[in-house]
Amino acid sequence: MTTVSSTVTVTQSGARGAAQRVRQSLTSRTAGIVAIVIALLWTTPTFGLFLSSLRPEDQIKTTGWWTFFADPQLTLENYRQVLFSTSSSSGQMASFLINSIVITIPSVLFPLAFAAFAAYALAWVPFRGRNLIYIGIFALQVVPLQMALVPLLSFFSEGVSVFGTQIMPAWELEGASRFAQVWFAHTCFALPLGVFLLHNFMSELPGELIEAARVDGATHGVIFRRLILPLVAPALAAFGIFQFLWVWNDLLVGLIFAGGTAETAPMTVRLAQMAGTKGNEWQRLTAGAFVSVIVPLIVFLSMQRYFVRGLLAGSVKG
Amino acid sequence: MNLDFDFAAEQPKLVQLLLGIVAFCAVVALLLLLLDRAPMRQRARLHAAILLAPALILLAIGLVVPAVRTTMLSFMSGDGAAWVGLDNYIWMFTQPEAVTVLRNTLIWLALVPILVTSVGLLYAVVVDRTRFESIAKSLVFLPMAISFVGAGIIWKFVYAYRPEESDQIGLLNQIVVALGGTPQQWLLEPPLNTLFLIVVMVWIQAGFATVVLSAAIKGIPAEIIEAAKLDGASPVQMFFRVTLPSIRSAVVVVLVTQSIGTLKLFDIVRTMTGGQFDTSVIANEMYNQAFRYGETGKGAALAVFLFVLVTPIVVYQIRQRREAVR
Repeated sequence: MTTVSSTVTVTQSGARGAAQRVRQSLTSRTAGIVAIVIALLWTTPTFGLFLSSLRPEDQIKTTGWWTFFADPQLTLENYRQVLFSTSSSSGQMASFLINSIVITIPSVLFPLAFAAFAAYALAWVPFRGRNLIYIGIFALQVVPLQMALVPLLSFFSEGVSVFGTQIMPAWELEGASRFAQVWFAHTCFALPLGVFLLHNFMSELPGELIEAARVDGATHGVIFRRLILPLVAPALAAFGIFQFLWVWNDLLVGLIFAGGTAETAPMTVRLAQMAGTKGNEWQRLTAGAFVSVIVPLIVFLSMQRYFVRGLLAGSVKG
Repeated sequence: MNLDFDFAAEQPKLVQLLLGIVAFCAVVALLLLLLDRAPMRQRARLHAAILLAPALILLAIGLVVPAVRTTMLSFMSGDGAAWVGLDNYIWMFTQPEAVTVLRNTLIWLALVPILVTSVGLLYAVVVDRTRFESIAKSLVFLPMAISFVGAGIIWKFVYAYRPEESDQIGLLNQIVVALGGTPQQWLLEPPLNTLFLIVVMVWIQAGFATVVLSAAIKGIPAEIIEAAKLDGASPVQMFFRVTLPSIRSAVVVVLVTQSIGTLKLFDIVRTMTGGQFDTSVIANEMYNQAFRYGETGKGAALAVFLFVLVTPIVVYQIRQRREAVR
């Protein structure tokens, strides 16, 4: 295309065409430089962190990571220490890594299933008040989760009482069972967006397909399992990946509902703690941060397409 | 150093995870079973109720009731014992420390969406139709996958400070020193420290803008571009007269999305400064008041104010998105 148009210009007017070519090659050179500068600015900080995490402690603390190239020394000691050391001054990051996994898996599965059920009902089960319920759920996207934190926490710790009468007891969760309240919170907060996205997708499916299945005597359960689920798999994947990243990278919900100890808190909470109290222990911070960053990066690189779709679709969450 | 990591201590967690997954399977199986048992000829209401019950119950407990309760708490004292009228809101708009928080949020809101959109747009334009386009876009998009906490640490390291006489370990101070300046404690000096935090947000979000805007640029009909080129439009003219007007709605999407994300921003401030040195923003202050100082009323008032700020933007965004779908 470009060659065609430039030859056309040249034949039209030789002098103007030459000037334009010079200008174009100049601008394309500037464009190239701008692109390279931005790309460098966007990758260097991460690269510096990664390289530092592999350098010996005394070097990280006394020299910049760029001096590595003059005096290359690599070690995995930082990772060994931040992950597996049991002394409380180090990261104990392995514990928190397990917590992050335990928090994330159910916090993705529950909202995925519940949102799919609700979206199916709102899209394909005709009943009175359907639109009202849909608009209600839809509108909840507006509520920032900050609005829910204090009362939801007291719901877990004190139960529900109306005018002094206890109608629901406190959950009183101890130790590992506290994960349940983190799952609960993440599931609640994910539903408005999940229902909205999946409903959008499901309502686009051809009605004749579902009508035909119904005429053949299929129940809603069968239609949902055999017909709908396979068809909306891409949307489920997009929402699932988005929710995975949201939960894995979340700090606020973890901080409030999982507490701050190695028993239940996710990696992000631990890293934020370390950045505050051990802000100069760079050998642990760099290695710890890289452990937490590598998981979503792998997901990103292996499922880039769904990932981008999910992120774009889910950009209003929160 | 003690390295005997206690794997046995981790077992209860894995048991809990297993319980969670079993519970998940049980709930899903139960719902499907109920659905199969409910005869198809009966009113659809029953089917709908079975399908909607989990979502509606969770939304009621987890969002609707708490939101109402938070609104009530915002008119009550810190311990939630007495009504105090508008005191919490008056505090928010008059006390110097609270006003600083609001001012910072405004600075964030004024800068982040514009900067993210500009950088994203610039990058999308310069890498468009080049050989390395997809790799180039991935590189800038990569920070989107990282947690805000991780990004905070990455940048805290860039900003790291060492006294003048010793070697610098932070990239920014190294550059300053190399250019003949003196190293600075970037995160400690207001008001510039807020700008250094904003850089982190822009760094994370620019990839989002790049991807959205790049897709929009590719959607511009080829004939329009060809026609402009035939008319001898310079690249700069092309950008302002052809590209920008054609992707207006995508630009709005990015601006709006970034505004919402910026208003709710918490993690970066919390990780990098903890809100100290005059860098706090609404969401961070809400957390501090409600969960660290036990001032539930003030925290609730901040949450309500956040809600009030976000609502018009989200409504606008949803209307835009609905138009886009049509």
